Amino acid sequence: MALFVDLLSWALLLSGGAFGIIGAIGMLRFPDFYTRLHASGITDTLCAVLIIFGLMLQSGPSLLTVKLLLILLFLLFTTPTATHALARAAVLDNVDPVLADNGKPGAEGRSSTGEPSSKS
Amino acid sequence: MSAVLIATTMAVFVTMALALIRALRGPTLYDRIVSVNVFGTKTVLAVALITFVTGHADLIDVALVYALINFIAIVTVLKLVKSRDLACEGNEDQG
Amino acid sequence: MRYVISLSLLLVVLWLAISGVYKPVLFVLGGASVILVVWLSVRMDVVGVEHNPVLFSWRLVAYWWWLFGQLVKSNLHVTRLVFQTSKVQPRLLTVPVPHEAAVAKVTYGNSVTLTPGTVTLKLTDDMLEVHALDEASARDLEGGDMARKISWLERREDNA
Repeated sequence: MALFVDLLSWALLLSGGAFGIIGAIGMLRFPDFYTRLHASGITDTLCAVLIIFGLMLQSGPSLLTVKLLLILLFLLFTTPTATHALARAAVLDNVDPVLADNGKPGAEGRSSTGEPSSKS
Repeated sequence: MSAVLIATTMAVFVTMALALIRALRGPTLYDRIVSVNVFGTKTVLAVALITFVTGHADLIDVALVYALINFIAIVTVLKLVKSRDLACEGNEDQG
Repeated sequence: MRYVISLSLLLVVLWLAISGVYKPVLFVLGGASVILVVWLSVRMDVVGVEHNPVLFSWRLVAYWWWLFGQLVKSNLHVTRLVFQTSKVQPRLLTVPVPHEAAVAKVTYGNSVTLTPGTVTLKLTDDMLEVHALDEASARDLEGGDMARKISWLERREDNA
């Protein structure tokens, strides 16, 4: 039983680390600021959740587990707020997103916001 | 056991290094702030992992406090960048 | 007053969970900090403003569980896109926000941001402006599953 818990926690920890690296690679590969926000979302959500769950299995029922849970809750409540604040600030600063139908930054402008752009 | 923990810690460090590369490359200011945000949340995870690698249970409090400070720091930097003034009244566009 | 008491209780539990050292001196310090925080909150007029019965419903746990499933799904989707960057086709879209309470609206906006593939750009009273990474992420959101789940979460208020 203890072995099973250990194996599970190893799997969680290692896959969490893998998702972190994948998210960081995405941050390097994606074409513009807004798409990079999605990549940072991977590292902020699944990576953090998997690593902290893995650590919680290691520590068993103790005060440490409660603190890990608190860290996870803080992270899950604050990161979307920070991401949204970033995206909002960029929009207000007229950083134009690269959109699918013309592939050039700014060509669409902010006027196309209302309707989903029709794809050719 | 601890080999897995160390491997995961290394993976988190690699993530942080890649985020730093993005922060150096830019190109916009907001790319840099996103990278710093990722760097901060990964620091929290790294500290939590180091707690288990070294067995010093007290270190977890550092991670807890860092999680809170990181959020406030990012929002503060954003506000500073946007309005050049930390003491100004917030408007609805402050995000 | 009800909110002041519930806030104090929550803070006391939080302090007990974080402290871990139980000596008389620390109890006094903890009590003092709880009183200080409650006094500041009353002074800032935020006690009860964002409080909502939604927060204490079992439905919240069910919603989080569902959201966790969505998280895993959309994470795997974005992971696939990381290795096939040619398939990234970002687009902007707006979706209606059918919810009444401010807490429900914020929950919707935050949940959208939390799932990779969609980021909330702007949240107004009845509209949500979203940047989506590709068609599939956009269609997932337009399907309205998440909005319906939050409506279900919100419905608890009526008979609370």
